[in-house]
Amino acid sequence: MELHDVWFVLIAVLWTGYFFLEGFDFGVGVLTRLLARNRAEKRVLINTIGPVWDGNEVWLLTAGGATFAAFPEWYATLFSGFYLPLLAILVCLIVRGVAFEYRVKRSEERWQRNWETAIFWTSLIPAFLWGVAFGNIVRGVKIDRDLEYVGSVWDLLNPYALLGGLVTLTLFTFHGTVFTALKTVGEIRERARTLALRVGVVTAVLVLAFLLWTQFASGDGKSLVALVVAVAALVVALSATQAGREGWAFALSGVTIVATVAMFFLTLFPNVMPSTLDADWSLTVTNASSSPYTLKIMTWLAAVATPLVLLYQGWTYWVFRKRIGTQHIAEPAH
Amino acid sequence: MDMALAPETLARWQFGITTVYHFLFVPLTISLAALTAGLQTAWVRTEKEKYLRATKFWGKLFLINIAMGVVTGIVQEFQFGMNWSDYSRFVGDVFGAPLAFEALIAFFFESTFIGLWIFGWDKLPKKIHLACIWMVSLGTLLSAYFILAANSWMQHPVGYRINEEKGRAELTDFWAVLTQNTTLNQVFHSFSAAFLTGGAFMVGIAAFHLMRKKHIPVMRTSLRLGLVTLAVGGILTAVSGDTLGKVMYEQQPMKMAAAEALWDGEEPAPFSVFAYGDVDEGHNKVALEIPGLLSFLAHSDFDSYVPGINDTNKALQEQFGPGDYKPIVPVAYWGFRWMIGFGMASFSLGLLGLWLTRKRFLLPDALRTGEDEVPHLVLLRKPLGTRLSRMYWLLALWTMAFPLIANSWGWIFTEMGRQPWVVYGVMQTRDAVSPGVSTAEVITSMSVFTLLYAILAVIEVKLLAKYVKAGPPELTEADLNPPTKIGGDLRDADKPMAFSY
Repeated sequence: MELHDVWFVLIAVLWTGYFFLEGFDFGVGVLTRLLARNRAEKRVLINTIGPVWDGNEVWLLTAGGATFAAFPEWYATLFSGFYLPLLAILVCLIVRGVAFEYRVKRSEERWQRNWETAIFWTSLIPAFLWGVAFGNIVRGVKIDRDLEYVGSVWDLLNPYALLGGLVTLTLFTFHGTVFTALKTVGEIRERARTLALRVGVVTAVLVLAFLLWTQFASGDGKSLVALVVAVAALVVALSATQAGREGWAFALSGVTIVATVAMFFLTLFPNVMPSTLDADWSLTVTNASSSPYTLKIMTWLAAVATPLVLLYQGWTYWVFRKRIGTQHIAEPAH
Repeated sequence: MDMALAPETLARWQFGITTVYHFLFVPLTISLAALTAGLQTAWVRTEKEKYLRATKFWGKLFLINIAMGVVTGIVQEFQFGMNWSDYSRFVGDVFGAPLAFEALIAFFFESTFIGLWIFGWDKLPKKIHLACIWMVSLGTLLSAYFILAANSWMQHPVGYRINEEKGRAELTDFWAVLTQNTTLNQVFHSFSAAFLTGGAFMVGIAAFHLMRKKHIPVMRTSLRLGLVTLAVGGILTAVSGDTLGKVMYEQQPMKMAAAEALWDGEEPAPFSVFAYGDVDEGHNKVALEIPGLLSFLAHSDFDSYVPGINDTNKALQEQFGPGDYKPIVPVAYWGFRWMIGFGMASFSLGLLGLWLTRKRFLLPDALRTGEDEVPHLVLLRKPLGTRLSRMYWLLALWTMAFPLIANSWGWIFTEMGRQPWVVYGVMQTRDAVSPGVSTAEVITSMSVFTLLYAILAVIEVKLLAKYVKAGPPELTEADLNPPTKIGGDLRDADKPMAFSY
């Protein structure tokens, strides 16, 4: 295994970490409309992710920075090519971050309601668009001999990618729902479990359809394993939810996310962005990667820093392990 | 194509707008994190309530500010790929590494520990809680260091080679990138300017309350801390600015010649106080100068030769082939002056304040004040009258944003002064843009960001004003009795959180 293969795996790990973690906090954002019945419940939802969403989002920035360093061509083609969808995602992430922080800083009804609306939409839109983006990466896009994306924004909105968008949206929402069941107490917890079953069934159908499509289009033996794991974990997550085993349900919905991302990357390899115009113009781990020296330094960085990050981020989750309900929400001092 | 609508021009405008905007929050975040951590340390060590109240007050302003810093930083991570794909392809091997380091080391620190700090008041023993804000502070400093190392490489590329076959720059010595003198000097200069900025912010707000005789114990302490930070930050900014300038005279003589509108080399070279010239003809029509001073700034002696814009342009043409290697001279010239002018105005006000509010040194006994009195402003042996005192407080308040202006011009100067290069001597800006991105797309994103940032600026400033006016909060029982165990008190299952979104 050469260093650029290692980095292909590490980039996959970073995206997996991002989708696993921010997956549920996007889901929780969507639930502010889908599950919460009043402001107190909305606040319970937001506070389940309050201390951690910012750290979760750094996985994205790290995936971006690491792609830049390890696969500059991939970084350049991807972000200049998927320009407008990425712009939409960035705008959402900007507004979303400010919304969490500022919502509680004023007591006016309109102020709070506006930020709540913002939290819903800015969670839902990226949750959908990331699936569209990855659908297109896996499917391949129009890349010319200079490794430039030459399609239009409409080319990105093809049926396969749009289905990918629905998959990430529902999967993250499901993940967020089981997370909510795990992190809350009281009536909202019961309703989260009920909702998880309903969202879970829809998610399972979409995931199965999308992964089968992927498998038939470009799968192999390994990707088939990932497919089976993803779907099986989701089915077991559903029965765990029904049985009230919330910890297991959450872990298993996480496994579905991990396996789905794994399937993306397994079908990609050794490409990182296949060209639909000419297979020779595809970006691959070899033609898109950095020099061995840079990859070596990056590998050292990853080897030292990643375990540390996992350690202290894990510790954060442990510090805030207590379930919360409406009774725990403090009245803000104004 | 019309230059005004060329993708290069638009991409540069977008980069300028988003980056200058982002950098309004960065220095305040860096300095307020450290200052808040310092105040909290004082609370933990002395248990004096005024320190805890100050921590909560400045901490809240810090949080309002860092939220904007973080979200506007997301754009920075991706816009190289969006608008500057040819740049990214060419330099990613070198330039990407510090960015990845920044994300994996610094961003995780900042973002994880800030969550722990915000929500940890009733979950963490106080020393661990204190350690969290110090980790945030460390994260902000590391983040700035790595991104400045990346920028310094654009100013003065080292530790790389050009791979002709792949058509790109490749890293050969990462240590050189992290420790070259451009990096160290830029880091020194930016850090000290960040503390100048935070000091002025603290002084301005403390002055606002002291003028109205409100929240005196907390604001007295804050004023003192702010003044010292402002003065020390100011001295260090000047010193580091001088050394950075000397480095730049060696590495980018064009930038520094443009900063002085020195068209033709002179020996000794004068420092320009004011100039108005003809850029096309390449000379000044009006020039007010201090003889010899520029030679001193460049080389530490009063009679050495300093090359001018025209000479340097010729030298660069010989080195890199035909072309115009001049930046926009008026921007460099005035940017340089606004940077120094606004920064040093703030610094002087800080020095003056430090003298006026001196505690023991040459201060008559009768004028010493207690913890809950507004300090007298004493010029010589008598306190200033009500009107003059008020004038000082107002001046401090109204100039608290001066360093922000200085910082912005500093970056505009250093980036525009490097043009036409994006990586000095290696790659020109016009070759760096994304060839596949249309004018319409850039215009769209530029308008969206500009509009969004403008709206957020209004929201942010109003929110800051609200919390500034509200003053430090009253302390609760819970504040004064922090938990002794990690995870907080688990006995009372229904106890509300100390803070919730």
